[in-house]
Amino acid sequence: MGAVEINADGLQTRDLNDRLRDMMLAGKRKVIIRNVCGQRYIGTRLYSPERHRMEIDIFGTPGNDLAAFLFGHRLVVHGNAQDGVGNTMDDGEIVIEGRAGDVLGFSMRGGTIYVRDGCGYRTALHMKEYEGKKPALVIGGTAQDFLGEYMAGGTVILLDLKGQGHRANFIGSGMHGGTIYLRGSVNRSQVGDQVEISPIDEADRGILDQYVSGFIEKFPDLELIPEEVLKDGFVKLIPRSKRPYSDLYTY
Amino acid sequence: MKSFVFPQFQIIRDEAKCGQCRGCERQCAFGTHTYDPVSDRLISDDNKCVGCQRCAIFCPRDAIVVRPNPSFYRPNASWSREKLEDVKKQAETGGVILTGCGNDKPFRIYWDHMVLNASQVTNPSIDPLREPMELRTFLGAKPDLMDFKVKNEEVEIATQLSPNLMVEMPIVFSAMSFGAISYNAFLSLATAASKLGTYFNTGEGGLPREMREKFGKHAIVQVASGRFGIDAEYLNCAAAVEIKVGQGAKPGIGGHLPGEKVSVSVSATRMIPVGTDAISPAPHHDIYSIEDLSMLIHAIKEATNYEKPVSVKIAAVHNFAAIAAGIVHAGADIIAIDGLRGGTGAAPKVIRDNVGIPIELAISSLDRRLRQDGIRNRCSIIAAGGIRCSADVIKAIALGADATYIGSAALIAMGCNLCQKCYTGKCNWGICTQDPRLAGRLNVDIASQRLVNLISAWSHEIQEMLGGMGINALESLRGNRDHLRGVGLYEWELDVLGIKGAGE
Repeated sequence: MGAVEINADGLQTRDLNDRLRDMMLAGKRKVIIRNVCGQRYIGTRLYSPERHRMEIDIFGTPGNDLAAFLFGHRLVVHGNAQDGVGNTMDDGEIVIEGRAGDVLGFSMRGGTIYVRDGCGYRTALHMKEYEGKKPALVIGGTAQDFLGEYMAGGTVILLDLKGQGHRANFIGSGMHGGTIYLRGSVNRSQVGDQVEISPIDEADRGILDQYVSGFIEKFPDLELIPEEVLKDGFVKLIPRSKRPYSDLYTY
Repeated sequence: MKSFVFPQFQIIRDEAKCGQCRGCERQCAFGTHTYDPVSDRLISDDNKCVGCQRCAIFCPRDAIVVRPNPSFYRPNASWSREKLEDVKKQAETGGVILTGCGNDKPFRIYWDHMVLNASQVTNPSIDPLREPMELRTFLGAKPDLMDFKVKNEEVEIATQLSPNLMVEMPIVFSAMSFGAISYNAFLSLATAASKLGTYFNTGEGGLPREMREKFGKHAIVQVASGRFGIDAEYLNCAAAVEIKVGQGAKPGIGGHLPGEKVSVSVSATRMIPVGTDAISPAPHHDIYSIEDLSMLIHAIKEATNYEKPVSVKIAAVHNFAAIAAGIVHAGADIIAIDGLRGGTGAAPKVIRDNVGIPIELAISSLDRRLRQDGIRNRCSIIAAGGIRCSADVIKAIALGADATYIGSAALIAMGCNLCQKCYTGKCNWGICTQDPRLAGRLNVDIASQRLVNLISAWSHEIQEMLGGMGINALESLRGNRDHLRGVGLYEWELDVLGIKGAGE
């Protein structure tokens, strides 16, 4: 089945999402949206009890909360994204051929997000995991402050392909689950007290292999070679405890 | 370290009545009572008793009395026993004092300083036993103007209406999460809400999947800062969605459900691993402004296809009315305000007892502010935190609320005695625990029947009070402060409440 197109030029958020929903209910599985300019919540209105799955190609710049509560669809943004991508996302895949704004992957509990370039503040806050659901966030560049705050599960990988170094502070404050992998290094002063910095082991290599290959596949234009990306050192940030505040109280 | 704190309670056992059945030993999860086979007697350790009265009520021979420990420190108006003991506890542990239930300090309870009106002679009272009395309430945004068309003598509403919740009485079960309370307690609330034609609020612990089909249409599901158990299915199965920003028992702070309460089923519902702390950060980290809140409100509306009203719950604090007006402009259909005496499963005592304002003042301020701004129709107000009886409900309506949330009252109906030990997970009444042995004590049929009985009784009392005022629809009482008068209040309090003094 061929893709259907929507010209988003001049469409309000709600109108655009109305059309997307109608297409999903009409059985369309592949949609291309052109001239997107700041419309919010693309992909959010696509819940169906039948669990329909769509593939959506977005040209232009989608607005905030792209794919909030995403229910298993696949979105590709041919450009940059704004704040709140994948907010409380449940499942699916988001590929951003550019940069993402603040609050990326907030409280995400499943699915995968690949961002070609960097991202803003408060990335992967309170990301979680549960049984088979294990979200992953792979960033080609690096992130800004408050990365992984209160993180409770999932995997975040920052590749820093341009070698700018990780300069974020307050990484992983209150972290009590999940793993952050950084290509390159990070100072103790940049990470929260609840976080342990450790070298990677064989199991970590397997995870990195998988997601780095995935990343390279999504962005062939970067002409990356997996071995080149993986040969440099990675560090791993994990929480010291699943119960960071267990000693805080008295009765 | 030797503790310098007295036991809080004293257990007196009438040895002549005690039959050594060991029922008290089985009832107490805190291990207060133990059987000594040598002396064939039950020994009670006052230090372990929390005063929940489970053993006393279930003793088949009424042999146990649990009363406050009469030991005293030298009486001192400044250094009450509680203040002294808090210092000792903190000196012994270095911890933040945790507690449960609502504020128990003697702040003025304005409900008890307001009296209702009744008809005499000129405006006859109405007898609800003989005449229809409307308690049905619709919660959600109402249009500014209602436009309609008449076609072939058929009236058709032309205005696009917002989704509303229809509730048969102005009483909704307040947010209590599965995780904080037991599955049976949660199921009892859901069962009672569906029998009564009202709603239960899931709190932020998710809604177990097997309950969604049957109870979803009576559920208000919560989205809080921890975002536990939230996916599009959860949002769509419910009648309404509530964004929890604040809670009266602990305004401004988040919550930590301790790992030991995260059992297999709690983990499945919250969608987090077993045994991890479920941490709700103090703010929503995607909401730092009214604009951000508006974004989440609309994200939820998008996720639910604009089919459900979205509520925003905030704690009543100093300048909350202006903030609430902003929340209405942000697109909320319902504002739930939770006052100083609102309950909780766990809160730092210093916050519970010192932060926030009484709900009575808050209702009136909020209603007035929204009227002044000309946006009162755009949202409904649900008042929470300290509603103890039907008179409190009706006074809340007269002050301007559309409906009320009850939490503690519902728990008390199920057996809770407000011992304030909810955070221990050892609730002997099977309400606030995840221990299957304890939770099994709460029979869902009986507990839900007790809830139905309570709300039915309150509804009838509300009808009686309304009828007495010569009013036959709750709608006519909403914000009708003329039916209230204050007794023993200062001028400023009357002003904030917007009521006259008694006799005026």
